[in-house]
Amino acid sequence: MSGFSALVARDIRLAFRAGGEAFTLVVFFVMIAVVAPFAIGPDKVLLARLAPGLVWIAALLSMLLGLDRLFRADAEDGSLLLLRHAGLPLEAVVAAKLIAHWLVTALPLIVATPLLAVLLSMDPAMWGATVLSLACGTPALVAFGAIGAAVTVGLPRGGVLAAVLIAPLSIPVVIFGVGAIAGQQAGSALLLLLALSLVTCAVSPFAAALALRTGEE
Amino acid sequence: MIELGPHAAYIVGAYAGVAALLAALIGWVAWDAHRVRQQLRALDARGIRRRSDSGGTAA
Amino acid sequence: MSLDSTAKKPNWFSRLAHPGEFLRWSGPWILPLSLLTALLFAIGLWLAFFVSPGETENVGTTLRIIYMHVPNAWLSQFVYGVMAVAALGTLVWRHPLADVANKAAAPLGAAFTALALFTGALWGRPTWGTFWEWDGRMTSTLVLLLIYLGIIALWRAFDDQLRAGRIAAIVTLVGAVNIPIVKFSVDWWQTLHQGSSVLVTGGPRMAPTILWSLAVMMLAFTLLFLVLHIVSIRTEILRRRATSLARQAAMGADA
Repeated sequence: MSGFSALVARDIRLAFRAGGEAFTLVVFFVMIAVVAPFAIGPDKVLLARLAPGLVWIAALLSMLLGLDRLFRADAEDGSLLLLRHAGLPLEAVVAAKLIAHWLVTALPLIVATPLLAVLLSMDPAMWGATVLSLACGTPALVAFGAIGAAVTVGLPRGGVLAAVLIAPLSIPVVIFGVGAIAGQQAGSALLLLLALSLVTCAVSPFAAALALRTGEE
Repeated sequence: MIELGPHAAYIVGAYAGVAALLAALIGWVAWDAHRVRQQLRALDARGIRRRSDSGGTAA
Repeated sequence: MSLDSTAKKPNWFSRLAHPGEFLRWSGPWILPLSLLTALLFAIGLWLAFFVSPGETENVGTTLRIIYMHVPNAWLSQFVYGVMAVAALGTLVWRHPLADVANKAAAPLGAAFTALALFTGALWGRPTWGTFWEWDGRMTSTLVLLLIYLGIIALWRAFDDQLRAGRIAAIVTLVGAVNIPIVKFSVDWWQTLHQGSSVLVTGGPRMAPTILWSLAVMMLAFTLLFLVLHIVSIRTEILRRRATSLARQAAMGADA
């Protein structure tokens, strides 16, 4: 177990050391809330209605942007090869990286959500639901992202391709995520979202490990 | 031809569109096959053959 | 003539698996299958325009579009099924031609899916008033198209086509598992945003002439896919040969 947590800690340390890309993603996240009113118009009522959807679009785009960093740095400097032959099974390595990635990219987004809520004139009653929805849904995005990143590791500009591959699969996450914020069936949406996250997080390490192994055969 | 009704344009449009795309698809598949064969013929003309071809046993 | 007089006639599996064998036996089939396809299309079109009724209660006078829409919608899913089986062939059984089958099928599947959306839109406009509807079926078809396009992009991104084949197989299977989830989530989402009409492609009690015409058309389209698929597989086998020969030449191997 200590190898696992050491890997998580390592990834977190590296994320904060290497150019602070995680911070950039949060800026991107907030940026979308800044740009949206210029596209939609400053009508507060309209913005408030669109706010849950806009927050989720911002979260999705930020996660898609960030998924490339899951494996690329390690693949480039050879660490991935070392990790493959380390004591931990590759699936556990992927799981550790998933956890670290969520902590480094998704958690800051969730913390920054109130800022978006204010910019988009979101009804304060929905703030809590929004944070909860993102907390329950971003793991699924990370899980899908890992499969996309593993499949395209080693490809030049693989990040764009991974985003294109993952985006259609992320539609259910967005549907349930937005549904969990407002509307009549918010409760069941949240449960479905949670179920989706749990299942994808359970399966993703295996699929991603398979892709990583296949890519290097 | 039987009467197509008030929405004839949509019916014709659908059939025409499908015909056009299928024709393009068939054309592309055929052209691609032709191009690869050309490449193989060019390589063959340069004397580059598969090692197994010179034996007589079909690969 | 075989040098080895004791060589067995290749069994059915190796006829499918060995590229050279596949090339040999598939060649003679292309022309007969193509002619059969053309014949079925001719019969189908005649049935669609001269035998089938021009309208029903459900859809009105635009009924004849069904003969273009349903076969393409069927193929969009059938081709993905073929690709999924091929993906299993690559990953589980290590079948040598499975990845070629996957690669060859992807552009075909994308084309049929695009046609399904196109014909669906043209059917929807006069019949139900709108070109597009965010309902479960149309949205899932759109997502399917995006998945097809993603797989095509994936194939093109790799230099090493063998590696690409295994990766594409994984993506195909992940997509296959996800499509039902997407369909479910879109249906759920649809029930939230009531008000849009639910598209119905003909009721269960369709006249026999309609069913027969549809059956012929679907057979014609399926055969068309089969012919195009076989030709594309052959082309891909030859393409890989050409690539490795060119590489051989570039390395200065003796001619």
